[in-house]
Amino acid sequence: MGDLDYIFAVARIRVKEKSLLSDADIRHLIGLPDAKTAAAWLEDKGWGTGDDSGDIDKMLKAEEDKTRELIRELKIPSSVMEALTFQQLYHNLKAGIKQTMDSERHYGIFYALDDYGEEKMLRILKDKKFEELPKHMRAAAAEAYEIMLTARDGQRCDNIIDRACLEAMIASGKASGSPLIRDYTESTAAVSDIRIAVRAQKTGKNAAFLREALAPCAAFDVKELASAAAKNEEALFSFLNNHGFKEAVEAVKDSPSAFERWCDNRLIATIKPQKGNPVSVGPVVAYYLARQNEIRTVRILLTAKANGFSEEETRERVRDMYV
Amino acid sequence: MNVGMVWALAGAVLSTALAGMGSAWGVGMAGQAAAGVIAEDPEQFAKVLILQLLPGTQGIYGLLVTFITLSQIGILGGNPITDANIGFLYFLACLPIAIVGLVSAYHQGRTSVASIGVVAKRPDQFGKSMLFPAMVETYAILALLVSILAITNIASLA
Repeated sequence: MGDLDYIFAVARIRVKEKSLLSDADIRHLIGLPDAKTAAAWLEDKGWGTGDDSGDIDKMLKAEEDKTRELIRELKIPSSVMEALTFQQLYHNLKAGIKQTMDSERHYGIFYALDDYGEEKMLRILKDKKFEELPKHMRAAAAEAYEIMLTARDGQRCDNIIDRACLEAMIASGKASGSPLIRDYTESTAAVSDIRIAVRAQKTGKNAAFLREALAPCAAFDVKELASAAAKNEEALFSFLNNHGFKEAVEAVKDSPSAFERWCDNRLIATIKPQKGNPVSVGPVVAYYLARQNEIRTVRILLTAKANGFSEEETRERVRDMYV
Repeated sequence: MNVGMVWALAGAVLSTALAGMGSAWGVGMAGQAAAGVIAEDPEQFAKVLILQLLPGTQGIYGLLVTFITLSQIGILGGNPITDANIGFLYFLACLPIAIVGLVSAYHQGRTSVASIGVVAKRPDQFGKSMLFPAMVETYAILALLVSILAITNIASLA
């Protein structure tokens, strides 16, 4: 599909953008006394099904369903949106591998996906029929499964799957034909690599661990990042400063939550130019990502309120909004 | 049928055909955007309809030039032209609105799509957003004037 084939979809999205939460709305939510009041305020703005009875999880799930339904209605080709579904798909793979190794059944750890939901994923893994998985998942699934089976090394299992996910996202982003998805998947890989490097440096992981965990991306050479993170904090900060990630260094120095916030805000900054794009699939993708960011921010905010965090502590954790 | 009449008629046909194609293109694009807005916010119908119609004027200009040409060359009454050179001049006189009509209607359609996007988000900015596609109209009007001036004065050369 060409850029002009998305005119109808973009026009609908422009109207929908009016109901996205703004930074001012988030500040208002932070100022509300408790999670119940905040949930009620969101319900007044149309969040949830109108019959959630204060159940926050139900309300947030309803919002996720609404976004998915809208994208389905707009008939955006699956090849375009594919890259954005990989994180949930690979999450289900991780959950599936860990569940098959555990005699105790865990509930609510899978995303309800149409193609690779809980039941199908568990059946594939129990039968070791990796060929039934998407092509880009098979090798990582077999390797991660083997590692969990033989070494019970959950962290290595996660690293292998996360890296495979990022590599698949980048490949799909390039194939999508959308500059936004290509840039977003590249940014996601770069931010994820930085996140892994920062955490690995703090926990004293070696270069071999980092080389296995980091996914190649366009922003920098991951081997150099691995060497810097394995050396010491100063080398890592110097690497990040030299590659245009000065704000990441400042966020790491500030606090872990400030760093997590920077990671998400960096991705939102990638999609913000779509607010002025009148055609192409870009604004639709940007809206989808903005909704995910919005729901994630509300979840963080309501959880913080439910756990009695102060306004200042809550403010530190909330993300920039798209509008 | 003489060669002059063939040239003149070709010009008249192109005026309506090319300018009409441009308008159909532009109004079609703007219509898709308008439908997208109405799907979510039906109250904006009148505003987006005006923006959709803006690229439609080029087709009307083309039709106007065609009528004037047909009446001047004797198809709609009067004496049919017989000079091949005069017929070719009518053909040339029709080209401004034919070509500029096609191109300007397409671009006006795209500008209307962008303006409908503005109205979708900020209905109170309708007045300002209407100015952007209206600016494109300027060049269609200039082309219309040149075509009419040329067509109505060719007879004095004969």
